[in-house]
Amino acid sequence: MDRQIKTLGVALLVLFLIVFAQVNYIQVFAADRISSNPANAKRQLIAEYKVDRGSILASDGTTVLASSRQSPGDLRFQRRYPHPELYAHQTGFYSFVFGRTELEASFNDYLAGDAAELLPQTLTDLILGRPKRGATIVTTLDPAIQEAAEQAAVAESGDVAIAAIDPASGDVLAMYSEPSYDPNLLASQDPKVVRDSWNELNRDPDKPLLSKASDELFPPGSTFKLVTASAALENGFGPQSLWPNPNQLDLPLTDATIQNFGGVTCSGGSQITMADALRQSCNVVFGEIGLELGPEKLAEQARKYGFTAEPGDDLVPFDLPWTSGVFPAPESFEGRDPAVAVSAIGQQDVAANPLQMALVAAAIGNGGVEMQPRLVTEARDPNGRVIAEFGPKEFSQPLSPQNAADLTQMMVSVVQSGTGTAAQIPGVTVAGKTGTAQHGEGAPPHAWFVCFAPAQDPVVAVAVIVLDGGSLGSEATGGQVAAPIAKQVVEAALGL
Amino acid sequence: MSRAATARGRTSLAPSIAFTVLALILSIGAYVIAGYGKRGQLPATFVLYATIFAAGYAGALIAIRTLAPRADPALFPTAAVLVGLGFAMIFRLSGGLAAEQATWVIVGLIAFGATLLVVRDARMLDSYTYTIGLIGLLLLLLPVAPGIGRTINGARLWVQVGPIGFQPAEIGKVLIVIFLASYLTQKRELLQVATSRIGPFRLPPAKHLGPVLLAWGASLAILFLQRDLGASLLYFGIFVVMLWVATGRAAYLVIGLILFVIGAYVGWLLFDHVQLRVDIWLHALDPTKVFDLGYGQLAQAQFGMATGGIVGAGLGQGSPGLIPFASTDFIFAAIGEELGLLGTTAVLLLYVVLVGKGLRIALRSQDAFSKLLAVGLSALVAIQAFVIVGGVTRVIPLTGVTLPFVSYGGSSLISNFVLLALLVRVSSGPLASRRAT
Repeated sequence: MDRQIKTLGVALLVLFLIVFAQVNYIQVFAADRISSNPANAKRQLIAEYKVDRGSILASDGTTVLASSRQSPGDLRFQRRYPHPELYAHQTGFYSFVFGRTELEASFNDYLAGDAAELLPQTLTDLILGRPKRGATIVTTLDPAIQEAAEQAAVAESGDVAIAAIDPASGDVLAMYSEPSYDPNLLASQDPKVVRDSWNELNRDPDKPLLSKASDELFPPGSTFKLVTASAALENGFGPQSLWPNPNQLDLPLTDATIQNFGGVTCSGGSQITMADALRQSCNVVFGEIGLELGPEKLAEQARKYGFTAEPGDDLVPFDLPWTSGVFPAPESFEGRDPAVAVSAIGQQDVAANPLQMALVAAAIGNGGVEMQPRLVTEARDPNGRVIAEFGPKEFSQPLSPQNAADLTQMMVSVVQSGTGTAAQIPGVTVAGKTGTAQHGEGAPPHAWFVCFAPAQDPVVAVAVIVLDGGSLGSEATGGQVAAPIAKQVVEAALGL
Repeated sequence: MSRAATARGRTSLAPSIAFTVLALILSIGAYVIAGYGKRGQLPATFVLYATIFAAGYAGALIAIRTLAPRADPALFPTAAVLVGLGFAMIFRLSGGLAAEQATWVIVGLIAFGATLLVVRDARMLDSYTYTIGLIGLLLLLLPVAPGIGRTINGARLWVQVGPIGFQPAEIGKVLIVIFLASYLTQKRELLQVATSRIGPFRLPPAKHLGPVLLAWGASLAILFLQRDLGASLLYFGIFVVMLWVATGRAAYLVIGLILFVIGAYVGWLLFDHVQLRVDIWLHALDPTKVFDLGYGQLAQAQFGMATGGIVGAGLGQGSPGLIPFASTDFIFAAIGEELGLLGTTAVLLLYVVLVGKGLRIALRSQDAFSKLLAVGLSALVAIQAFVIVGGVTRVIPLTGVTLPFVSYGGSSLISNFVLLALLVRVSSGPLASRRAT
């Protein structure tokens, strides 16, 4: 029997060795592959929510846009947004069902404490048995300007989107889109609350989850004449260059025409300067300029401002996913000369949003240099030490300094005595441009206003869109509806 | 025959105390760490449970020193560490289950002492071959009885008498091993006789193959009647191993293996739940199936162990609550999640030590019955541990049995302590012979 007992011992040992080998496979060699199985989402979430996620702060370093607090459930920390609707489109949400968006997504490495700079901190916390802590990020958003933007937008009955940028640094001082949403509901740890909110937000035809200031695209209308004028200036047509001033522009190859707003003839006689045409926002003249320059030059100028050929090809880097403006590839205009004229006045094939148009205005105000928009300036470890700084970056130079100065002067005239007088601020020179963009037969136009101030040394560039004409509906113009809103934001930025 | 064992004399006190204290420190330590991991503080139940374990292990040590003085000093402590580790894991999962398990530890240790006290000489069990065999068989079949049998989690293993529910098969297993040891001791010479040959294997006369076929039939009956795949495999495995050890005839192993393959294949053909088990085993992590119930359960065990990695999440720091039956069948995966590869390796090593000691006891025993008893009991622990750990880790299809000494459960823990007491008894030799010296 003893021989069998010894053999049995060896056999049983082999069985346990097989299990031991398998355990090594599961827990070491295939551990990552097994634990990343989609069915393991709950355990991954629990691990993820063990981190004391870093806060998101406004530019003052004290106003909290997002923070974490302990939670009694399976998930140890919960995300809180103290000013939910006000900053929702920049903070995004952090939901255990629908994941992360906006800054919560794009700066997740810092917020979740996974960034390399945080490694010493994480190791210390691990040794001391403390929860892993993420880094705090400081944004460029200025609460005073952001609140002013919200108030101005809420006062207008229609949907409004606003972007305000510091032209010198590209800092996004404020960005607000109406309607907004409450990210606290999506960050709830009650799945029913999350799903109910999600379903409601997705059913809403106004798409509150998307920012109209940076995610969606609209025809920019006459505000795009700033780009057309830039192309003209860069190609040797000065502000005083003279252009024919008929009542309407007959488009080649078709019986279609371009008419001025209200069908009027721009004042100034049979010929008109480009500066005066911009002041009065003459569609006829800018259609002529577009045809004179041709699609290559218009497209080249638009690219310098950040407009892409196809929607979604992000040309201008930003701290959030966004959709930059669109001006089609020149080849797409082949045999479609009328489309060139219509695009030159910001209709048909051209699209933009307030962030894109604020970048255009900021570049003009900044002596022709376009800065990359910046939303985050620095990351701080849990002890408040700065671990990463994100400096301003130049994106392009769409205009020479002289042309920028000329275009600024043309925009000053728009506010002083043109279509944008509603944006006048006593004691401050404002440079601006109105837009009233048609979109679809019979639909009320979108009202636009883009501006910067003070004109000679701007601290802020603002772009506003009021969808479907807002309270004035089909009677709306950018100068009447959008300019007063932009004015309020500028005043907040100037501390007035 | 046992005179030689007597000559070894009483084992010295120091290692017995040292091993038991070490087991106590590990048990209470794991429980305290689990308390800190769970709530960040010393568990409120600390004094109670620490007292239960300290008094219980001390009582067991005294029982061993007085009733089985020549027993292997590491045998009880090895099992005690497994019990303590299991208790810490159960406490971490549920305070309520831990309170029950603590009660079962007390009852189990009393059963341990009582077994040592009653069974003063292992060989006295050899006198009740058929009585023990019959009781064992009755206990196995009890859950099938109408009125008191209960089906829980798909297997008919439970008996409910008034408020008390228990699994009679747990203690039935131990009795069956005693019966087999006794029966095979008496018949081994008959069964060794070879009258014919097939290839290299010498076969016994056809009439002596009867018991093998009977055990095979009984195992299949368990599969049919109770839908209990694990128990079926366990009994048949134990029987074949003991038959082979008793007779030294490898032919029995081969016949057993062939019958097992036939039985398994027939079971697979006939039963949907067997087919499902096999499919779950092969496709637990398949993305198209992993969200289904059975697959998901086994998958959660894999996720738990994989997430635990080498060092584990730490007791109280992981999410073993996501693993189904984490306190019973899947407790090995829960240990893997929170104690990592280090924890699972420790558990496997403890079984290797325990089973190794059991087989060493068998080798040292002088009489055939004691040898076979020690082999059977050791093999029972080893095969049962392999069946469930292998199932949880997907080495073999999962069949639900408890992890000996570790899993939550009164019936299981008590019968494991009885089994341990019998091994201690065989290790020490008869109590009376010490008095004779």
